[in-house]
Amino acid sequence: MSEPVFELRQVEVTYAGRTVLTVDHLEVREHEALVVVGPNGAGKSTLLRLMNFLEPPTSGEIRFQGEPVRFPVPLALRRRVTTVFQRPVLLHRTVFDNVAYGLRLRGLEPAALTAALLKELDLGSLSLAQASSLSGGEAQRVALARALAIEPEVLLLDEPTANLDPFNLGLVEAMIQRLRAEGRSTLVLVTHNVFQARRLADRVAMLHGGSLIEVAQAAEFFDRPRDPRAAAFVRGELVA
Amino acid sequence: MISQIDSSALWEIIFLTLQVTGTALAISAVLGIPLGALLAFTRFPGRRVLVALVYTGMGLPPVVVGLVVYLLLSRSGPLGSLGWLFTPPAMTMAQAVIALPLVIGLTMTSLEAVDPQLRLQLQSLGADRRQEVSALLSEARAGVVAAVVAGFGGIISEVGAAMLVGGNIAGQTRVLSTAIVLETRMGEFEFALVLGALLLSLAFLVNILLLRLQHRIPYWPGR
Repeated sequence: MSEPVFELRQVEVTYAGRTVLTVDHLEVREHEALVVVGPNGAGKSTLLRLMNFLEPPTSGEIRFQGEPVRFPVPLALRRRVTTVFQRPVLLHRTVFDNVAYGLRLRGLEPAALTAALLKELDLGSLSLAQASSLSGGEAQRVALARALAIEPEVLLLDEPTANLDPFNLGLVEAMIQRLRAEGRSTLVLVTHNVFQARRLADRVAMLHGGSLIEVAQAAEFFDRPRDPRAAAFVRGELVA
Repeated sequence: MISQIDSSALWEIIFLTLQVTGTALAISAVLGIPLGALLAFTRFPGRRVLVALVYTGMGLPPVVVGLVVYLLLSRSGPLGSLGWLFTPPAMTMAQAVIALPLVIGLTMTSLEAVDPQLRLQLQSLGADRRQEVSALLSEARAGVVAAVVAGFGGIISEVGAAMLVGGNIAGQTRVLSTAIVLETRMGEFEFALVLGALLLSLAFLVNILLLRLQHRIPYWPGR
């Protein structure tokens, strides 16, 4: 079994006295694809923000590669993880500049890698287009490309295909599958979509009402879910 | 046309107008843009009061600013030892005070109008604080340039403060706006109108230059 990249212990996040996330224990293992599922308000996005070091937990401990994470997190550590958000916000620049942004932040030459990613995500012809002129699907592919350009150790994906048509969904999923196959990044994917979870997960974690209610290998989660709410999700039923 | 102003004096007036206003604008931009960013991005006790003060400052009557600067720079005032009263530095100081709240306030509001998700996404991509602010300023550049344009508009044509702290001394502190007042008082309406047209043309040219910046601000995140 591979070593955990992330480990969350007794983590709790509260906003104005309201607890929005409680995780007693959760590991993310190196080079796995952990798919996080759950209804709206389950705490999925909060979990990703914790893992991207964008906010500290109210209490508990986050460990990254065995080391406890202290907030504010040093830049070098922050740069090892990135997120593709459900609603990408791009800079008012060209597609190329957007994809190259993270590389330029690091003082790296962006031309070759950026061009390759644009081609791979079928964005080559849009390289010089203004980001503001893109469709939702194109913008999401640019967001994925700009995250991949920095070759993160951990790639967090927050419902990246939620608003995409089948064509764009296919392109994004194909790229995620390729990342899984290459085994270079650890992936944490948040999705509502049970079919997508089946396609992409090595393991599945289910959040409900701000609590982690089940974590299991994908086959086990889909074939023999323990929690009735997980079972309902697997059957494709509405989970309130 | 009878006027105290010949053509060489006119060039002097135009040059001094540009010098005083340009320096005041540069000072207010250098101080106002970072302060606007600070107010937009940080939360601290008393921030709301500070924002209210900035908004109040955006409507400061120039003549009141002139009076306060006059008192500060007068011989018995706390800055009297500088010997700036009735000199271009005094006019620059007064104009910078008038423009500063405009630049701060409009920079702040234009930065606050940038999608808050962008900030999070820049952090997620590994931007440090300086890179993040630089990118956000670049995103808000239309508003930031508009802030500087507003600051410029607030001072290029103001007359109250320039008259009070400059004294409208020929060859020393006479600028276009104060020259217009002088010519009008002398009944030289035609020449005052010519000066007015010059002032407007100057403002138009500078605004064109500033607005071109909206599209030409370089964008390199740097290390």
